[in-house]
Formats: sequence, C-alpha cells, structure tokens
Amino acid sequence: MTAPFKQHLIDPEICIRCYTCEMTCPEQAIEHDDNNVVVDPTKCNFCMDCIPVCPTGSIDEWRVVADKDSAYTLEQQYEWMELPEQEEIAVSNGSDADTDGLEDAIAALLAEAHAGAGGKAKAPASASKPTVNMYNLAKPAKATVQGNYRLTAEDSDNDVRHIVLDLGAQPFPALEGQSVGIIPPGEDENGNAHLPRLYSISSPRDGERPGYNNLSLTVKREENGICSNYVCDLKPGDTVNLTGPFGATFLLPSDPDAHLMMICTGTGSAPFRGFTMRRQREAPSVKDSLTLVFGARRPKELPYFGPLKKVPDDFMQKVFAFSREEGETKAYVQDKLRENADKVAKLMQDPKGHIYICGLKAMEHGVEAALSDIARSNGLTWTEIRDAMREDGRYHVETY
Amino acid sequence: MLDLINVSYDTQIPNNVGLSQDKKVLKALEKWHPGYINWWNDLIPQNFQESMVYLRTAVSVDPKGWAKFDYVKMPEYRWGVLLAPQVEDRRIPCGEHFGEPAWQEVPGEYRNMLKRLIVIQGDTEPGSVEQQRFLGLTAPSLYDMRNLFQVNVEEGRHLWAMVYLLQKYFGRDGREEANDLLVRSSGSEEAPRMLGAFNEETPDWLSFFMFTYFTDRDGKMQLESLAQSGFDPLSRTCRFMLTEEAHHMFVGETGVGRTIQATVEAMNKAGIDDPYDTDKIRNLGVIDLPTIQKKLNLHYTLSLDLFGQEVSTNAANAFNAGIKGRYMEMRIDDDHKLTNDTYKVLDLEGDMIVEREVPALTAINMRLRDDYVRDAAGGVGRWNKIIEKAGIQFEMKLPHQSFNRKIGVFANKNFDPDGKMVSGAEYDKGLQEWLPTHADGDFIQSLMKPVYEPGKYASWIAPPKVGIDNKPGDFEYVKLHMA
Repeated sequence: MTAPFKQHLIDPEICIRCYTCEMTCPEQAIEHDDNNVVVDPTKCNFCMDCIPVCPTGSIDEWRVVADKDSAYTLEQQYEWMELPEQEEIAVSNGSDADTDGLEDAIAALLAEAHAGAGGKAKAPASASKPTVNMYNLAKPAKATVQGNYRLTAEDSDNDVRHIVLDLGAQPFPALEGQSVGIIPPGEDENGNAHLPRLYSISSPRDGERPGYNNLSLTVKREENGICSNYVCDLKPGDTVNLTGPFGATFLLPSDPDAHLMMICTGTGSAPFRGFTMRRQREAPSVKDSLTLVFGARRPKELPYFGPLKKVPDDFMQKVFAFSREEGETKAYVQDKLRENADKVAKLMQDPKGHIYICGLKAMEHGVEAALSDIARSNGLTWTEIRDAMREDGRYHVETY
Repeated sequence: MLDLINVSYDTQIPNNVGLSQDKKVLKALEKWHPGYINWWNDLIPQNFQESMVYLRTAVSVDPKGWAKFDYVKMPEYRWGVLLAPQVEDRRIPCGEHFGEPAWQEVPGEYRNMLKRLIVIQGDTEPGSVEQQRFLGLTAPSLYDMRNLFQVNVEEGRHLWAMVYLLQKYFGRDGREEANDLLVRSSGSEEAPRMLGAFNEETPDWLSFFMFTYFTDRDGKMQLESLAQSGFDPLSRTCRFMLTEEAHHMFVGETGVGRTIQATVEAMNKAGIDDPYDTDKIRNLGVIDLPTIQKKLNLHYTLSLDLFGQEVSTNAANAFNAGIKGRYMEMRIDDDHKLTNDTYKVLDLEGDMIVEREVPALTAINMRLRDDYVRDAAGGVGRWNKIIEKAGIQFEMKLPHQSFNRKIGVFANKNFDPDGKMVSGAEYDKGLQEWLPTHADGDFIQSLMKPVYEPGKYASWIAPPKVGIDNKPGDFEYVKLHMA
C-alpha cells in the first residue's frame, strides 16, 4: 500500500546558502552544491532541528507527493531555480499521522478542546512564538511543589486549588494560555503508566513571581479523578513530572492595543489569570482594554474572587454571573454577554478585538447562542464573523 | 549535575556554562556588566531603547530552543554567555598537535597568541554596533529596523562571548582587555577600533546592507576558522555565534537584493531599459544599478583587506599551533599539518599579476580569502538573477582582488576593477566610475527617509518575500516608543 508522502524542501529563491541547516542536521540529510541546498528524502526524519536555525524561512517548505518513491530526488532539487507547485495528489486511505504517539494524543486533546471555535484555530498575529513539546514522557521536567492553596471557601463542596510549581534550573518557556501535562504516578488497570492530563497554566511567562522560574496551575478536584486528586493532594516539596508546554494558538496577543474579552467558568479562568497578570506586568497603564466575564454558582466558589476584586475596573472590567446566589436572579455568562451586547458587537468588528472562551464544554452552547444573537441584532452573520475572527487569530475556544 | 544545553537564568547573566558555580568569573562579569549597559545606553538613540522590538533570544543552544521570538526592549535583551555543546573526545584538528585531545584550558605556550585573536575578534563586535548606531533614524521600514536591531543585539552578545573567554581564561590581563573593549570606539581619534573597516562610517542603509553582506562575511570566515580551534571553549563559543551570524548574512543579501528589486521594478514600470540612464532612474526614487555596483566595489575591497597579508607567518603560527584552523577544516581531505604542501597565491612581478606557489602554511590567510571570495560570489549571482528576471541588461560583478587595496601585495597600486594596472591619470578618471563619489553619497542620503508605518517600505527598497518568524506583511516588528 502506498501513502502520500510529505517531503521537506528548501526554497531556492529565498535561501541565502549559509548552510546553517546543513551543519545542524543530526541526520546529515541536508547537502549542497554550487547551486542549491537540498534535503535527502531518504534521510530526513522530520526532527525539525533545521527549522529554527534558518535565518530566512526558506527551510519551512513542504510538498506532498504520491508516495515516498515519487519524492523529488537530490538531482532534481539541485537543478531548481524555484520550487515546483504543489501537484494534485490522489489521496488514498493511508494516514500520515504516525509520528510520536503521545504528541498525537495531546494534539488530539487540544484539537478537541479547540473544536468549539468552528474550525482550525489560529494564534493571534502578534502572539509570541510558543515552545511546545520541550518535555515528554521519556524526558519530563521535574518540578517541585512550592505551594498548594485552596481557592474556594472551606464550606464549598467545590475544591479548586492553586498549585505553584518550581522548575529550578530547567528552562520551561511557557506562555500564558499554554498547558502542561502532569503524569500521575502508578499504573492503570492494564498495568500501563497513566497518560498525562492537561492543565492550563495560570501564571504569566516570567513566572508566578516575576523573575522566578515557577508557574502555577488551577486545578479542581474531581470525584474519582486519578490525576486531579493526585495534584490537589500535593504537598510542598513533592516532585511532579511535567510534560509540555503544549498549545500553540490559545495565546495572548503581544500588541498592547489589543482588546480582549475573556469568557470563562470555574477553572477556565486559569489562562485568563495568566493573560491579566502578563498585561499588568507588561502594560499596566493601558486602560479599558480587558473585559472578564466570569461565571460560577456563588462568589465563594469563584476561584481568585478576592484578588480579582483588587484589579482596578479601568484596567479590567469584571462581569460576574452567579447562578445559585441566594436572593439574586440566576445569571449565566451568556446573560451577561447579552447585557454587554454593544461592547461584544464592537469587539467582533474591531480588528484588534479578541474573544476568548474557556471552561466546561457545557458553556459553549449558551455562549455561542448569545454571540449569535448579538451578531444578528447588529446585522451580522455570526458564523461568518466567527470564521473571519478565527482566521485572524481573534476568536479562541478551549473547553473540556 | 550541570546542564550545559539549556540556558540557566539563576544569575543575572543567562548562560549555559554553570556561572552560578563559578563565583570568580561571575563576579568579574557582573562587574563588567554595568559598563556594558552604559555603553549600550549611550549608543542607541533613546526612543529606540524604549521601543518594543520583535527579537529572537536563545533559551537553549540546541536547535529547538535557540530562536524564540518576542517583543523586548533592547536594553532588557537577555545578553548571555552561550557555548555550543561540548563534543565528546574532540581532538585538535590541525597543526603540529593534530589528533591530541582538544585543550580545555589555555595552553601556556600559546597564551598570548590566543588572547590576541580573541581580543581582535571581540573588538569588531561592538565596533559594528557603533558604526550603525544612527541607522534606526532612517529605517526604510519597521521590518528593516527590526533586522538592524537584531544584528546589533547579537553583535553585543558576541562581545559578551569574547569577554567571557577573556575573563574566564586569561586572569587579570583578560579583565583588562575586556575593559578596553568598552574604551575603544569606532572612528575615535584617541582609541579607535583595531581594524580599519570598523572605523569607517556606515552612513546609509545600502552601506549597512553591503557591510553585513561583505564585512560580516569576513567575520563569518574568521569565526569559521576559530570554530576549528584546538582551544575547545573558543571553538564552542564560535560555533554558537555562527548560527547567529547567518542572520546577518541574510540581512545583507536580502537587503541588497530588495534594493535591486525595487530599482528594476521601477525601471520596468517607467519603461526605462538603459541601466545607465542615471538621472531618469534616480528620479523614480530608486538607486541606479551602477551606483549599487560602486558600493559593492567599495565594501568588497575593504573587506578583502581584513584578511591581512597574503603570505603571513602569524597565520602560519596560529594554524601550526592548532589555535585557528581553515574554513571547514574537518571536511578537508589532507594531513591537516601542511608541512610539505604548497598553495597558490597572487603576487606582483613588476606590473604583472602572477600566481606563485608558496608553502601552504604561510598562505593560510590567502586560502581563507579565496574561500571568502567563493562564498561572496554566490549572492552576487542571485542578485543578477533578479536583474535578469526583470529583463534588464546589467550584471553585478565582484571586482578583481587587486582593485582598491590598502593591505597586501596590491596595496596602493593603480589597478582597475578588471585587475589591469592603469596610469595615475586613468585611475583618477576611472575612480568616478568605480567607487561611490560624494555626489552618489548625497543622492543616496536624499532617499534615506524613515518609514515607520507597519507594512510600508521606502521607495528604494522592495518588501521581503517572507516575514521574520513567518509573520504577515503588515506585522508591527517594532512598536515605536513615541516620547
């Protein structure tokens, strides 16, 4: 059986022949003559080591060919003045997803989490470039627990915790909005090691404390949850195996003029805590450009309710929706969106406006309906606006 | 255990050399640090210091981690000490110690020679930043401004790299030399930079592109040969610097290429096919091809002088000692000792240029220069493809190595760009055609107006084909601080 083959190539019109890729390639898959620098399809194993070292971007070129035997040969590549067009390929039933199984599994988890955006998610144009998959099962980062604090009131049956992990001297370049994988110790019923669970990082890129190489997570204890119980029971000094960072689209725009509306419930607030702290550290003087719409049953079950109240209103508008607060009418985040319809509509149409949604899958439907209504009453079609925003990296959904 | 791949941030100075456990060197570097920051702050105009620039920084020296992009204010750039990973059981690749284990400490007998090489290399790094300090004010786009600043901060980091070697391995003399690197200054009367080309002005952006293409390429060849050094810390330092240097080559090659692109596009649009129709072409707001050729002639020949004398006993000694190898030494198939080999060098017999066989050991400079000429010719060929594609009859050429030289056998002789010796009168007359005149300089200067709107470019330069870090065309590479 043959399968389409994705071939790595170098654009001869962009390449400056510095041969840095050739020096870097651990497989000796890259070579050159007086004309071109070329990639040997029989040697290249897609390790991607050559991609970041290229100063020009010419290295990041790919063509799908019918099968490995039809790959462009070195001789053909040496002759090129420019790259050939992508040819039409009749796709058979072969699958090209056979790289690292774990990375695939995590990519699938993230794709599932982002599915609510209605198409392939894109990062904001001005977001920093994320590092992903730096640590894996074979080589996890070892973090030390610095603190584990309960965020919800003691009498709440909701146990949400703020966990601070110290990375010591290991680099862990994680951006706000990225996730880490935690590997619970022990084995499953079949005697296999547990797979990592993903948790959003709730601290900004320069650490829970600025300049410290630490990060924080916001984790809710789930009944019978193997990993959440493991994490929620961690004690200061304990060691945790981390993989990641993961996620390359649910990121903060670096542009200080970007306007953000962040819609969340429960631990969906984790990435937004990171966003807000990053903004506070990076652009504390920017006013009226952040809005947080945060839903919970009651104030005492709302993670970070105390610190949130201390954030000045002109730095971030905070809209709380409580569904079980005694003496108040039930309110959900979608109700609050409708109340703020003008602002939402403005964000949809502003090229610097971004909408983020994070929380349980169950919130998606209501939020989407509200956004759809708001679009319609402004003479817009939500699905069109949504697709355009998503393509622009301005609409982001992460639900689980 | 020390982690020697990843950059550790446990000291003020990011590094992968375990600085936090090397108190003496850490202290010396921390003492040097404020002087460096002062030097930087005094150099670059204030509003650029305050601006957010989309730069890359290394978080580790392995391929995955070394190019992380983010907005950063230049004075907060993480200058650090980064060495390529140590190769296990590395051997001295050339000279009389060939095959012996590479030195991890300075070999006493070569201490002065090594120190001098490191100081000369270190001196060029801040020199070029000094030469380019005002270019931001006339940047033809935010994209180009970002590239300039990337080159500048990385040259700054290369200074750090050399200073680390001096302070770690050369004791008190090393510390003094490190301090002097911040005292000398490009173009200064009292304390100029050590090499001539680093005291010349970089008055405009075409000069900057030519400088990064031709002069930084000399730097690349020097780094390549120091990367072959038997002194392992120097080799590892230079190997990592080369990855960064590739970006500088890129800025030069694409900068000149985009200038040519704008010229030929404007000519085609205006229906001009004579490249020598200078006034008409200049009226289009682009730089005519013959003027670009003149700039090329100037920067190429200045850069050739950086290779020193064709026949040199210093170079022979450095090679023989295993301190400095040849370009791609590891890939050369010979005995790596050159005891009985010869090499052809250019020489003068009366007015005639001849090739002469000399002992290969003494021709190390000439050999590196030949490698340089081959390397430099590649980009010129690609520039010519742009002209050819536009259907214009003109070809950029590297002038003959005898033209306009100040060092070596051809120094101060009247050769034309084809390598023909001409009379004084012919030479004076020809110079107008061969090297940029003051009038050419005035014209180029008249085009140097800043363009600070994202996605917009000055008339004389075409937009790039691919954005940095694959960013879209109107990406705001520099968020200018407006005071």
